[in-house]
Amino acid sequence: MTASTSIRTSESARRGPKRRQLSVPTLVMLCALAIIAVGPIVLFGFNALKSQNEMAQNPLGPPPSWRWRNFATAWSQANMAAGLTNSVVIVLGTIAIVCVVAGCGAYALARINVAGGTKFITYLLVSSALPTQMFLVPLFYIWTRIGLYDSRLGLIIIYSGLFSPFATLLLRSFLITLPKEFEEAARVDGASELSVLFRIILPSALPGLFTTALVTGLSAYNEFMFAVTFIQNSDLLPASTALFAFQQGYTKDYTLISAAGMIMIAPMLILFLVLQRRFVEGMASSGMGGA
Amino acid sequence: MSAQPTRAQSQAVSLVRRRPLQVRLRDLRVSGWLFLTPLILLNAVVVLIPSIESVAYSFTDWTGLGAATFIGLDNYTKMFGNSDFQSALVHNVIWTAFFLVVPMTLGLFGAYALLRIKRFAVAFRTIYFVPYIVASVVNASIWRVLLSPDMGLGRLLGINFLGETRWAFFSVMIVNTWAWWGFLLVMFLAAMQSVNPSLYEAAEIDGASSTRQFFSITLPSIRPTLMFLGLMTIIWSFLTFDYVYILTQGGPAGSTELLSTLLYREAFTNLRAGYASAIGVIMALISAAAVVSYLWVRHAKDWEM
Repeated sequence: MTASTSIRTSESARRGPKRRQLSVPTLVMLCALAIIAVGPIVLFGFNALKSQNEMAQNPLGPPPSWRWRNFATAWSQANMAAGLTNSVVIVLGTIAIVCVVAGCGAYALARINVAGGTKFITYLLVSSALPTQMFLVPLFYIWTRIGLYDSRLGLIIIYSGLFSPFATLLLRSFLITLPKEFEEAARVDGASELSVLFRIILPSALPGLFTTALVTGLSAYNEFMFAVTFIQNSDLLPASTALFAFQQGYTKDYTLISAAGMIMIAPMLILFLVLQRRFVEGMASSGMGGA
Repeated sequence: MSAQPTRAQSQAVSLVRRRPLQVRLRDLRVSGWLFLTPLILLNAVVVLIPSIESVAYSFTDWTGLGAATFIGLDNYTKMFGNSDFQSALVHNVIWTAFFLVVPMTLGLFGAYALLRIKRFAVAFRTIYFVPYIVASVVNASIWRVLLSPDMGLGRLLGINFLGETRWAFFSVMIVNTWAWWGFLLVMFLAAMQSVNPSLYEAAEIDGASSTRQFFSITLPSIRPTLMFLGLMTIIWSFLTFDYVYILTQGGPAGSTELLSTLLYREAFTNLRAGYASAIGVIMALISAAAVVSYLWVRHAKDWEM
């Protein structure tokens, strides 16, 4: 929707209403909101470094000493090695399929202007507005019948189906902004449509593809409902449901649950802090993140 | 003598080059659908076919295994007379209303405040967005500890937030709001940044207060975004599943049950897949009603997106 404005924050700092010195009440409110936003996460990190005893006595403060070995214990007990490996397989598989499928689709919708393209875009929007629970049940039994239940490939296909309409629209809005001259020149020179796509469009669309991959990867990594429904085998659980199984299981050791949770969010947090503009741009241009 | 063939040649060349290109581009409008085939296939397998099946199964007594017998509208009549369904529907309506007001207000307020500050706007935006990128499973365990009666705020205040019927639903809504409002803020901020600055300058000259500017300039200017996110809030609030499923499983005593969690239990625990499909169809119809009224309002008021 407004991707371009969100990336140019520094430039648009000069636009908008007149900027004043921060009034004290506003600053206090903004800081309070910031504490509310990340305070619980910081506290979670603290809990991951306490002993059970320390946590029982002091659940809302920093750890007296840092017990890094909680992470090692949580890593093995929560089966995080397998969980993260499965997540990586699922996330990369989903990204690969979505980028190819959405790349081709966006090309057709933005560049070829296929007949009936606008109607198809409406269809994509409508199908993304369908409640996922509506098709969850029949999908479950279809997947069981054709042997895709309890397999990483099965989950990859579901995620690709779920995320590719949005990825297509995101990429399409990106492709529309690219100049057309190069591809027209290539066509005049007799290049085939596939080579126009791969040699002219693809290189200039790489930033858009990268954003799409980020948003898709984040959604696949964090997804819960389909993961918990479609994968039961404890060796195949992705990080999200491995963590869920761990906290549902016999352990009531919250320090270990916190450590396992920190292990799960660490890669995404780091990626987000490094690439936050791209994330925000991708999310904001969509308006379709999902709750 | 020597000029003649050259002209003919060049004409021939230009014919060879130009006509096929136009023909090709015309053909492409049809053959271009080849590029859409993977997308259509994926969508058909994952979304369209199961959705159609869902509608069909909603008229049967299907358990998920074995054959399904057609039972007409039985599932629907049973559903509307069922108190579990009624209370889940009421919860969903409360949930939607809450999410249309609380996170939206927070997001609008935060975005407007960030729009007006000189420094640290990007830093604040980043901080507010963090909960949104953390997985729901992790957010839920963060809050489970924080709300537990023997460790976190629960112990401090002596309240069992997730275990008492009068607190549980409100607590889950707060947790989901916490995870969600930063996303709205980012969207609103992006929309607000594209508002024409001369509007504010004029208001500034007229001596309008910043509150006044918010209501008479900012809010009307970002109306398309506001409307769109309102629509998405309605649609997404019926999809809400993760936080309820992880934190309370719909309990205690059904006090946090939503249509999505009810559907899930009916389908996979009670093996009433036909009945669950009927719930799904009702959810889809509610979403469709929201989309249609949104499109209608947009058309009637001639608003553009």
